[in-house]
Amino acid sequence: MDQDYAIRVENLVTHYGPRKILDGVNLAIKPSEINIIMGGSGSGKSTLLRHMLGLHTPTSGSIILLGKDIARISAAQLHDLRTNMGVSFQGGALISSMTVGENVELPLREHTNLDDSTIGIMARMKLEVVNLGGFENLMPAQLSGGMIKRAALARAIVMDPKMLFFDEPSAGLDPVVASELDDLILKLRDSMQMTIVVVTHELESAFKIADRIIVLDHGKILLAGSVEEVRNSKIERVQDLLNRRSRHEEIDAEAYMDRLTGGTATLQS
Amino acid sequence: MADQAVGDFRQSIESLGRSTVEFVEEFGYYLALTFESFYWVVAGPLKRQPVRFRAAVSQMVETGIAALPIVFILSFAIGVMLAIQGAHTLKQFGAETQVVLGIALSVTREFGPLITGILVAGRTGSALAARVGTMQVNQEIDALRVMGINPVRYLVSPVMLAMLLMMPCITLFSDLAAMLGGAVYCNLDLGLGYVAYWDQGTSFITPNDVLQGLLKSVIFAVIITLIGVSNGFSVTGGAEGVGRATTRAVVLAISYIVLADMTFTYFLNR
Repeated sequence: MDQDYAIRVENLVTHYGPRKILDGVNLAIKPSEINIIMGGSGSGKSTLLRHMLGLHTPTSGSIILLGKDIARISAAQLHDLRTNMGVSFQGGALISSMTVGENVELPLREHTNLDDSTIGIMARMKLEVVNLGGFENLMPAQLSGGMIKRAALARAIVMDPKMLFFDEPSAGLDPVVASELDDLILKLRDSMQMTIVVVTHELESAFKIADRIIVLDHGKILLAGSVEEVRNSKIERVQDLLNRRSRHEEIDAEAYMDRLTGGTATLQS
Repeated sequence: MADQAVGDFRQSIESLGRSTVEFVEEFGYYLALTFESFYWVVAGPLKRQPVRFRAAVSQMVETGIAALPIVFILSFAIGVMLAIQGAHTLKQFGAETQVVLGIALSVTREFGPLITGILVAGRTGSALAARVGTMQVNQEIDALRVMGINPVRYLVSPVMLAMLLMMPCITLFSDLAAMLGGAVYCNLDLGLGYVAYWDQGTSFITPNDVLQGLLKSVIFAVIITLIGVSNGFSVTGGAEGVGRATTRAVVLAISYIVLADMTFTYFLNR
């Protein structure tokens, strides 16, 4: 069963203080698929991604990556597992005191015994893959937003990981650059057989690259299915998201406060 | 009225309890961070995850070499001030020639490490909090974690190593600069020759006096590193948060340095 899926999330529940952010999330992601996690602001999609990256410990439930439950494995096992994960954060998260080349070389320097020249060649190859050949001596502050994301992607794939995660890859990019990035994600899946998870708001991008779309709302999975299944869904909240409609719900201050504080505080009139 | 008083009292007790828990949590965090940063220095090479010695050397240059001019100026000035005050006070007893004893002891035991600690807290402690805080805000620390790079090993251990090696060196330099300041004043005002000043000074102080100052400087190094780094790691809220963390790191580090200095002086001189 585990071999059929690269990533499995089972009954994941997480709280920030009294607030329940994820409420019994279950999902299974097959190898070499692109899965898009969508949802409105505050739906819990970034929190779900951070759990998959092992940056948060859940209140309960399991996150199983390549057959290993990351909440229950040792630090050494997690360290090994992380060599099979690549991440492109929303802002790139390049180390600002290092050049682009040094950023891309960093995982190789930390996890391999390769000599300097081999590391340099491998880093330059990955920069070529993301069309940033020749930019290795620039500092991150000298790059545009799109270039930073591509450099971050080069760093994410430099170890040839089995799983690749993106947090809002198209955010802040113009449509042309965003589309180029989408093409690059597709190319990585096809050429390197990577399992890819993308958290995004961008519908156009999601429909272009997704094998499967997972829609989150209020910490629960509303729908998980193919692009067509999501497009044709009759679920009102899904249609609201797809058609960019505002929610048809009046804001109930008491209910909002309740959700925020877990019922430990009330509004004073 | 009575209900109000009971409510206020309960609130005060709750607030005291919360502050105590926060203090214990913070102290425990400092202990864990200290342990982990030393752990990586020792165990890192065995686990094929060594501490970056190049980063430690670069930090040593930044903390030590780059700080020498300002440490010299301030320590020299402190030496002059001690000489002025000492000569003025001792003149009333006709014992102004004993001023060298006062300068030598107070510089090596107290002012050398203290002025160095305060200066390094201002320079390096604030820079550490700002650097780590900015990395936190930009998700660079998350990126390190996800790449399987322990942030404490990568960011804290080199700084801790550099600070532990450089603080005693700068303190020694500060001692010498302050003694020189005292010597210049004593020469100009009291007509005391430099050789005589040096002979008197070195005959009064013992290795124990110098070691006492150096031991304090090691403690200050740990305090500055821990407070700088932990405030950086706890940054939330973007650039404003980085600013807050930087200010907090400097204020806390200087406060803890002065309190630690008082505690050590008390115990080491009993």
